[in-house]
Amino acid sequence: MSGGNLHPGLNLGDHHGKAHSGAEAVVFGFWIFLMSDVVIFGLVFASYLTAANPMGMAGGTGPAEAFDLGSVFAQTVILLASSLTFGFATLALRHEDGRRAIARWLAVSLFLGLGFLTLEMRDFAHMIEVGAVPQRSGYWSAFWGLVPLHGLHLAAGCLWIVVMLAQMATLGLVPAVKTRLLRLGLFWHCLDLIWVAVFSIVYLGGLMP
Amino acid sequence: MTDRQRETRMYLVGFGLALTLTLVPFALVHWGLMQGRTLAITIAVLAVAQIAVHLRFFLHIDLSRQKREDLQLILFTVLLLAIMAFGTLWIMGNLATRM
Repeated sequence: MSGGNLHPGLNLGDHHGKAHSGAEAVVFGFWIFLMSDVVIFGLVFASYLTAANPMGMAGGTGPAEAFDLGSVFAQTVILLASSLTFGFATLALRHEDGRRAIARWLAVSLFLGLGFLTLEMRDFAHMIEVGAVPQRSGYWSAFWGLVPLHGLHLAAGCLWIVVMLAQMATLGLVPAVKTRLLRLGLFWHCLDLIWVAVFSIVYLGGLMP
Repeated sequence: MTDRQRETRMYLVGFGLALTLTLVPFALVHWGLMQGRTLAITIAVLAVAQIAVHLRFFLHIDLSRQKREDLQLILFTVLLLAIMAFGTLWIMGNLATRM
């Protein structure tokens, strides 16, 4: 990585020519978007924490009945594994392993992302069953504003992977496709970073003995 | 060691560290090994450590001079969060104790 780093994060490298030089502006711009997204999440976390007390729960269902620690743990490990496989996709891109190798790692990451969403949907269904619905209390309003917001981002990330797989198949690895893959990688890693705050504050905080 | 091997190892090390920093707090809560304030502080410290691991090993942010710009961007984001998010909690907590 020595010498030609033009932007934060893993660079494509000088051997990618135009794709590498063109990445500087777009990747830095994407970092600014990511950081503004982090600020939004931070504020939603703040409103969640404001409501995370007995008064906020208004005598309704509490986190202990609604949350499933085992399922959250599985989601955490799945998402972490998908971050690793996406890292391998980025490396395959940087070292020019070809479309098939990149597509394979992207497909694994997509599969893991969808697995995460499936488990999360199952958890949400259970919450609705036990009466932990947004209209029940300020606490559950804040919860449904926060955790599904992350899920929605991840669903967008999955859709983005599908789009990139299609673009790789039709356009090939042109510079625009390469820098999009680079940005998608940052988005994906950033969502895992936000999930660390979600499971620590919402789930572990809610289930603390 | 080639660039490729070094980069692959970086992702694997990051994965291992993040997994450890995940297992510990889940174990603490699952088996009730700690309680109250001590547990809350431990979870917070482990979460911050894991976020640092993600930034370093997955997003490749470090303290080298050539990447100062983005480090400043991240630090500015942290400042905004400190003012707005922590400020919200401070004010609302203060109001709650006065009620």
